Amino acid sequence: MNWLLTLLLVPAVGAVLVALLPKDKPELAKQVAFGFSIATLVLVIAMALQFDPNSSQPFQFVTSTPWIQSFGISFALGVDGIALVLIALAAVLVPVVILAGWNEADRSDAPTKGYFALMLALLVCMIGVFAAVDVFLFYVFFEVMLIPMYFMIGRYGGARRSYAAVKFLIVSLFGGLFMLASLIGLYVVSQREFGAGTFDFQALTQLGMDANTQRMLFLGFFFAFAVKAPLWPFHTWLPDAASEAQPGSAVLLVGVLDKVGTFGMLRYCLPIFPEASQFYTPLVIVISLVGIVYGALLAIGQTDIKRLIAYTSVSHFGFITLGIFAMTSQGQSGSTLYMVNHGFSTAALFLVAGFLMSRRGSKFVEDYGGIHKVAPLLAGFFLIAGLSSLALPGMSSFVSEFLVLLGTYVRYPVAAVIATTGIILAALYILLLYQRTMTGPVKPGCEDVKDLTGREMLAVTPLVALIIALGVFPAPALDVINPAVDQTLVAVGVQDPQVGVTADCDFVDGCVQGEGQ
Amino acid sequence: MATDLLASATPTITYAPADGVFTYVWVLIALPVLGAAILLMFGRRTDSWGQYLATALPIGSFVLAVVMWFAMLAKPSEDRGVIQHLWDWVFVGNFTANVGLQLDQLSLTFVLLITGVGSLIHVYSIGYMADDPKRRLFFAYLNLFVAAMLLLVLADNYLLLYVGWEGVGLASYLLIGFWQYKPTAAVAAKKAFVVNRVGDFGLSVAIMVIFVTFGTVTFPEVFAQAGEASEGSLTWIGLLLLLAACGKSAQFPLQSWLLDAMEGPTPVSALIHAATMVTAGVYLIARSNALFDLAPTAQLFVIAVGAITLIFGAIIGCAKDEIKKALAGSTMSQIGYMILAVGLGPIGYAFAIFHLVNHGFFKANMFLGAGSVMHAFNNQENMRRFGAIRTVMVITFITFGAGWLAIMGVPPFSGFYSKDKIIEAGFAHSWAAGVTAMIGAGITAFYMTRLFTMTFLGKKRWTEDVHPHESPSVMTIPLIILGILSAISGFVLAWNGAIEKWLEPVVGFEHPDPPIPIPLISGATLALVIVGALLAYQQYRRDVPITAPTSVSPLTVAARQDLYGDAFNETVFMRPGQYLTRALVWFDNRSIDATVLALGSATAGLSARLRKWQTGFSRSYALSMLAGAFLLFVAMLVVRL
Repeated sequence: MNWLLTLLLVPAVGAVLVALLPKDKPELAKQVAFGFSIATLVLVIAMALQFDPNSSQPFQFVTSTPWIQSFGISFALGVDGIALVLIALAAVLVPVVILAGWNEADRSDAPTKGYFALMLALLVCMIGVFAAVDVFLFYVFFEVMLIPMYFMIGRYGGARRSYAAVKFLIVSLFGGLFMLASLIGLYVVSQREFGAGTFDFQALTQLGMDANTQRMLFLGFFFAFAVKAPLWPFHTWLPDAASEAQPGSAVLLVGVLDKVGTFGMLRYCLPIFPEASQFYTPLVIVISLVGIVYGALLAIGQTDIKRLIAYTSVSHFGFITLGIFAMTSQGQSGSTLYMVNHGFSTAALFLVAGFLMSRRGSKFVEDYGGIHKVAPLLAGFFLIAGLSSLALPGMSSFVSEFLVLLGTYVRYPVAAVIATTGIILAALYILLLYQRTMTGPVKPGCEDVKDLTGREMLAVTPLVALIIALGVFPAPALDVINPAVDQTLVAVGVQDPQVGVTADCDFVDGCVQGEGQ
Repeated sequence: MATDLLASATPTITYAPADGVFTYVWVLIALPVLGAAILLMFGRRTDSWGQYLATALPIGSFVLAVVMWFAMLAKPSEDRGVIQHLWDWVFVGNFTANVGLQLDQLSLTFVLLITGVGSLIHVYSIGYMADDPKRRLFFAYLNLFVAAMLLLVLADNYLLLYVGWEGVGLASYLLIGFWQYKPTAAVAAKKAFVVNRVGDFGLSVAIMVIFVTFGTVTFPEVFAQAGEASEGSLTWIGLLLLLAACGKSAQFPLQSWLLDAMEGPTPVSALIHAATMVTAGVYLIARSNALFDLAPTAQLFVIAVGAITLIFGAIIGCAKDEIKKALAGSTMSQIGYMILAVGLGPIGYAFAIFHLVNHGFFKANMFLGAGSVMHAFNNQENMRRFGAIRTVMVITFITFGAGWLAIMGVPPFSGFYSKDKIIEAGFAHSWAAGVTAMIGAGITAFYMTRLFTMTFLGKKRWTEDVHPHESPSVMTIPLIILGILSAISGFVLAWNGAIEKWLEPVVGFEHPDPPIPIPLISGATLALVIVGALLAYQQYRRDVPITAPTSVSPLTVAARQDLYGDAFNETVFMRPGQYLTRALVWFDNRSIDATVLALGSATAGLSARLRKWQTGFSRSYALSMLAGAFLLFVAMLVVRL
């Protein structure tokens, strides 16, 4: 059985099928879409069980078909541990989002079925983008992915949806262009090196590029990924997009799509441009630190709940890139796990906030108050999601955040200490939001807010269960992530510095022994 | 004495894999976890019986802990440590932190205190919270707290300790804000969590430094290598752990949240904000004794923080009219004593824990007593409207009296034994530490006597609507037990140096050797206590105005304002922080976004110009094609050449 092709086909068939359903049967469209998303999830789980974490092969379930032979492009798929957990993230979130957003598209002018067909189409792209092992194929998925999301925001979003959708599309395409330029550059270099040009990822990691070429081409990729993630200062499209999108679309946008940016840095920037990655590390670390603090401060200052959550993500993306460029196994494993955990916690936060906003019809913090009194379950789930976002120890996000900080501290103690202030700010933005919306006397207009329905509980409970389970027992994730991260570090040519009483560590310069041995 | 010759300044304990009854260490934590999970997940179905389950489970843990205590006593003192590995938790590269538990004399002392006092407070809460519509949640959170606190003291590494550390913080947050409909409670809860996060910042960074310094975060492995680390590293670790302790234990400069935390229901104040959670900082430092002993600079800071807070809290305690706030100031001050003692090194660790246990009894006792009074007074807590309660609530009066004598350190009540030892050890370290601790004892006597007199003695100043009566037996029985413990625990634990010998294998012990004779220190302390108590009694036994006088000394004004702790935070952190976030929001909307949008409109403008070329006239297209071809031709020529 060809796992990855099947994984692409199942949601693709689902998307087509849902799109072909008659317009006047929205419930059927939802049910069919939900069924296909669950089928995809089951397939992903089955595949994950087949995955061998101790395999000596860099990629598993590899399948490759020549596609555009004249340019050495093939339709090549395969997963390592990093791609596997991100595919799992996407596969978990889509059924959750369909269930949670059951009525999201009902009030739109556009047909309901379209929203769910787009969601399945997006799932195809998300699986494809993480499973591609041909850089050109990755690029194609990277760009095609924008289309379903563009329509999900532009047709089914809020009042300023077309502005937000166009901004999202233009900015993303703009970033993508730079990657395309670098991609062509890579092809040219590979042609010169190997005789025949290729886009095969593993072949490209063997290129012996000189430092200047690396640095030029790195920037093209990095810029595209930095816009996608988004990192400070390329983040301004995200709050608009997240705020105008339906909560379900926002979850997939922030939870999965944005991870393609950080995934791209880890998968492509580091192994293909090892020298350039190390060269730009100081710059990326500074950007990350600014993002962590800046995103958190902006989140504190927001008055719109969805924008607030979007800004918390800007802060979290800072942590992820910090861990990636710390160039330690703890940092990169932490970042990978962070991508997954952030997906779960942001999903929970957006969805519960969405349940709340759909009841009251406002996205402004000031319109809420005392919700705990009228809808205690909703308030409770919101608090759990928030605690996950602030990385409460015992929850999965703590494991990843701490690993990122620890992995950074080993090499860059000062940066790690600055990043750690983020945990104080995180407590502020989450608990202020909770205090303002959920506690105190019931605000006028909130009296009739109903508590969560069975369907809504069913949607967010798996997220909460995963957040706690992976916090207490992260081994299943770490088991598959660690070997993949080790491969990345080998490709970059760095080793974890030695620590301990015999090591050579400093409070400013970090630990140096063991590097590059 | 032979035992004294054997006393060792450094820990001598060794740890073996858990066997026999110790293989059930995990059950200690699992029972309250189970309670919290059942009450939270099964919701309203547990409304009628949840409180009984939630009370039975910590009692179960307590019984198990007592069994372990006897099993431990049967072993030689150096072989009493056990370690139970449960599962691999976080492992990447050369970093590993497992879910592993460690039981020794120090952690068992805490386990007995947490489950013992915790169980009593659960029982008391059955009465106290009987009419609260959210009673089930209250008990669920209490169970959650007990579980997290047990994890904190049983973890065998710093990262797992952190989980318990933040778990108790979460329980504290939930319980301070238990009456969420009160904005003050919600704000106080948030404040507690955020201030604690400042401490957590210290703990996070401390764990990173520990890992880099020792290559591990597991206690026995870290402590075994302590001697090989540089003093600089150890000092940083010590200072960062102290910052963590300041947050959790409400020590200066992170003390401001504790007074506000009194917004929570009174049993919470007794259990979390007096007897157990707030002593976690003391545990953290005592547990890390091997590191602190080699970092004298860090120890000096620990002593200074303890000394400042013990006076700071005591002064605040003198000026508060709400009974719980006065007790909270007192808690701050008493923990200051413990922090001071753990800063003294092997001459102080055992006495810090000794005082911690005694304080756990007498302060829980007094908080529950205060709760009993408030229960009878329609939840009023203004002592100016109390007075003469001895006449109507005899049991509460007597048990509270035992706590009052204990905290003042009147022999033979418990505080006398432990506080006197701390003062002696303080003098052995330096005059400054000793004198501060001694003066603190005098102020303690003043504010506690003030509190006791205003509440139980003197004349009635009750509001019209109260008809006080003694609380039901489900509340008085815990009071009686705690009252007895307040009276005798010091005497029992000090018997023949029992507490020092018990703890010595874990924290080490040295006899303090003060420069002045011990009887002189005890005598002087007792004299100060009597003076303080008499002053307060004289002032408050007669007429207490029912509104607080306004023409008072500047010190009283300052003390009523919590010595300007909040004012400081507001001016230095909150206001500038608010301005900063507002400015950044403005900047983000105007500046960064505007740049992106300007790029966008520039493109739009450019395309608008370019559009004009699309005239629709074939002759102009032909012209541009010709121009293009020419350019291309030139370009090719240039490249060829």
